[in-house]
Amino acid sequence: MEVRDLVKRYGDLTAVDRISFTAPSGSVTAILGPNGAGKTTTVEICEYLRRPDEGVVRVLGLVPGARQLRYRVGVMPQQPGSYPGARCGEMLQLVAAYFADPLDPAALLDRLGLGTCTRTPYRRLSGGQQQRLSLAMALVGRPELVFLDEPSAGLDVQARHATWELLRELRAGGVGVVLTTHAMDEAAALADHVVVVDHGRVLAAGSVSELTREDRGRLRFRATPGLELAALRTRLPVGAQAAETAPGDYLVSAEVTPQLLAVVTAWAADQGALAQDLQTGPRSLEDVFLELTGRELRS
Amino acid sequence: MTGYPGGLGSRSGPARPLAILRAQTEMELRLTLRRGESLLLTLVIPLLLLVFINAADLDGADIQFLVPGILALAVMSTAFTGLAIATGYERSYGVLSRLGTTPLTRVQLLFAKTLGVLAVEVIQAVLIGLVGLALGWDLHGQPAAAVLLLALGTAAFSGLGLLMAGTLRAEATLAGANGLYLVLLLLGGVVFPLTRLPGWLQAIAHVLPTPALSHGVRVALSPGGGLDGSDVLVLVVWAIAALALAARTFRWRA
Repeated sequence: MEVRDLVKRYGDLTAVDRISFTAPSGSVTAILGPNGAGKTTTVEICEYLRRPDEGVVRVLGLVPGARQLRYRVGVMPQQPGSYPGARCGEMLQLVAAYFADPLDPAALLDRLGLGTCTRTPYRRLSGGQQQRLSLAMALVGRPELVFLDEPSAGLDVQARHATWELLRELRAGGVGVVLTTHAMDEAAALADHVVVVDHGRVLAAGSVSELTREDRGRLRFRATPGLELAALRTRLPVGAQAAETAPGDYLVSAEVTPQLLAVVTAWAADQGALAQDLQTGPRSLEDVFLELTGRELRS
Repeated sequence: MTGYPGGLGSRSGPARPLAILRAQTEMELRLTLRRGESLLLTLVIPLLLLVFINAADLDGADIQFLVPGILALAVMSTAFTGLAIATGYERSYGVLSRLGTTPLTRVQLLFAKTLGVLAVEVIQAVLIGLVGLALGWDLHGQPAAAVLLLALGTAAFSGLGLLMAGTLRAEATLAGANGLYLVLLLLGGVVFPLTRLPGWLQAIAHVLPTPALSHGVRVALSPGGGLDGSDVLVLVVWAIAALALAARTFRWRA
């Protein structure tokens, strides 16, 4: 799947501002970004639920809206979209009936933990159950590619992991997955390829290890907020940096050596503070994400 | 891939178009028959009016007058009010846009809705006919002409219903479809003759679809039968205008 220079405006707001990325077939691509970043608009254009103002989209090499895509692509929109009066099992059977060789609806519902509520009307399902039915509706036609808009929103931990397990199986079966999420752990756990999006633009793209790779090591720890960093900086090797990234959260960027650890803990001890939760190693995806998108809250 | 014969991702083509249409029509019918409030509107209210107005013994509204009017009302309640409200909510719940991403085509969806409406209308007509016969109604004239008019009325009212459902919010469609139902019932020559209305209201009523339908069916089912040309014209114009406008303006997403 390929997106090139995509633009979508809603009145004065440019929701998608020249987004480009490629999602290799048969792999999991996560579009990661805060609320309002333009993720949903982007996938909705790929799903032919919205029309772009500018740009080019190719899905399985075809223009969105192409007849073939209706059976080659599975879609799980953000709004689950079922008949409120239909029973859970009926709804999945209806969608299965659109396909010549669908998955067995009953087995799929069992697999997603919905086997006991096949006769429950859709409107009486919990939010998480509605979400899982929506996923089942996207998968029942054995698609080659699935678009999942926030697939684990509203799921409890068990359902979330069951969903992830199923998505890994899909990939193993050669199915391409394009999902949106604002959950770092979801992108880190599932994605072969991450596209970080904010304010309608692509901020970074690559595999999780590419995004989190860094030349230098880091040491992070927690201690009393407001410690005197100037004293620490004088003792650090040349080129090393130290900062308080949030009240009580400290980050030292430098090659991590036994000496470095000793310097840091000695400095903390001088100020009567205890350095806790000491952590070394590469950045997490969350670090990268926050560095790229900033820490301020979104409206 | 245990539990998934053939594998999770081993592509399936679409089902045959007729198989899709059948599954969709069954769902439409099941949902309609399950909606208590819409059953009240489509089945119970016309029958209640038939029995009640007949018992009230109004001047000029005997059972021969009432049965054709109630048949027109039944078509209006199913093809207009019921269809508009159901479609409006399906649109606002995102069902229509979601099903639009599957092999189900718009034509199949609309066809299934039409078949659902027609099936309910057949049930209504049989019930109204049976209650009418029990109350002393005599079937005269040309039933085929009446069926043609009811079909034309169904087209006109479906167009109006889809026009509202496809452009307004679901709540506005709910209020509007019920309000218009009442107005068209009162101006429709359904339960009392239009001649009871003041002249200016009669003038308005003459171009509305409900009076044309109730009057046309009444003429068709009177001794001798026949088709009233002006009634047919009014219904055809409404049908073409409403369906064309609905087709141009219908938005699948709320």
